[in-house]
Amino acid sequence: MSCTRMESRLLGYIDGRLKEKEQREMEKHLAACPACTVRVNEFRSVSSLLDELPQIEPSAAFDVRVRARIAAEPVKQEWWSWLGAAPRVLVAASMLLLATVWVGHRPADSTKVASFDGGDESQIMQDQDLPVLENYDVLANFEPLTDLPQPVSADDSSEQEM
Amino acid sequence: MARTDVQLMLDVKAGDEQSFALLLHRYRTPLVNFLYRMVRNREQAEDLAQEVFIRVYRARADYVPSAKFTTWLFRIATNLALNSVRDTRHQRMEVSLDAPVTVDSEEGDERPLDVAEKNPNIEEHLVQQAQRDMIRHAIDKLPEKQRAAVLLHKYQDLDYGEISKILSCSQSALKSLLFRAYETLRVELAPLVALRGKS
Repeated sequence: MSCTRMESRLLGYIDGRLKEKEQREMEKHLAACPACTVRVNEFRSVSSLLDELPQIEPSAAFDVRVRARIAAEPVKQEWWSWLGAAPRVLVAASMLLLATVWVGHRPADSTKVASFDGGDESQIMQDQDLPVLENYDVLANFEPLTDLPQPVSADDSSEQEM
Repeated sequence: MARTDVQLMLDVKAGDEQSFALLLHRYRTPLVNFLYRMVRNREQAEDLAQEVFIRVYRARADYVPSAKFTTWLFRIATNLALNSVRDTRHQRMEVSLDAPVTVDSEEGDERPLDVAEKNPNIEEHLVQQAQRDMIRHAIDKLPEKQRAAVLLHKYQDLDYGEISKILSCSQSALKSLLFRAYETLRVELAPLVALRGKS
């Protein structure tokens, strides 16, 4: 194995992450190459120097800040989400829709049509003159009208002539 | 038995806020540390970590466990960190040369170096601080993608497959990236490496 090829495996060798075959090849190369052996040792030293940097702890307010930001996050609402949140609304809306469709497609009432066709015209006329009829009692008992001469009918005039 | 990350995330998707709190508790420290080492500013690192968690929460409805949760989490974090580093690069270059020398205590905020500190092991303490500063400086000098690769490989214990997905590159490209990064660190930290070699 060449020194160049060894480079890509060097850290894996130090970490102990090489496959068994790669490990054996590496050890064989190092046994024959003092330069690579020095480099492996120096890389090991670098790795142990990096271990000397201590860890920092997040500040006491870190969690509080994250939670506050999450609490301030807008709640994402899908267009259908209100259905899940309010099943009663869904049931009521469905029933209203069904009722509307049922009323819209209901067959017409044949008896009512027949009565209009049959021509109970007096009833219709009565309905149309309803305001006048409502005043009938007033007019019947209206005193000035009682003083007026009675209208003469055709039958009455023929009787007088006889 | 503790629920896996994927199980927790699926529970979050189903509306369980408590599972999100568990994920937050599980990953806040590694995430803040990764981001701190990427951007070298504690406050900014925490802001970015918050943003990562918010993005995870926002994406809960569309979550599909097609990859490991950590791959997804650190991919978001890496993208945010790389954007932040690029955005603030010009600001960092404008830092005044006569700014006070500081000791960046990893346990807290940066504080001014107090040479007259009444510490019986002051010399040892200063040597240790100087070494840490040197290591941090060497990491800072790496190109952003190499830095992210080293941090994910060294501190997050992610395998090559995961890291290559996070960085959107092939595994062979990642190995090459890591090798170049370690080569740079080896040169930058040569005095410390030599000391380590002797001991």
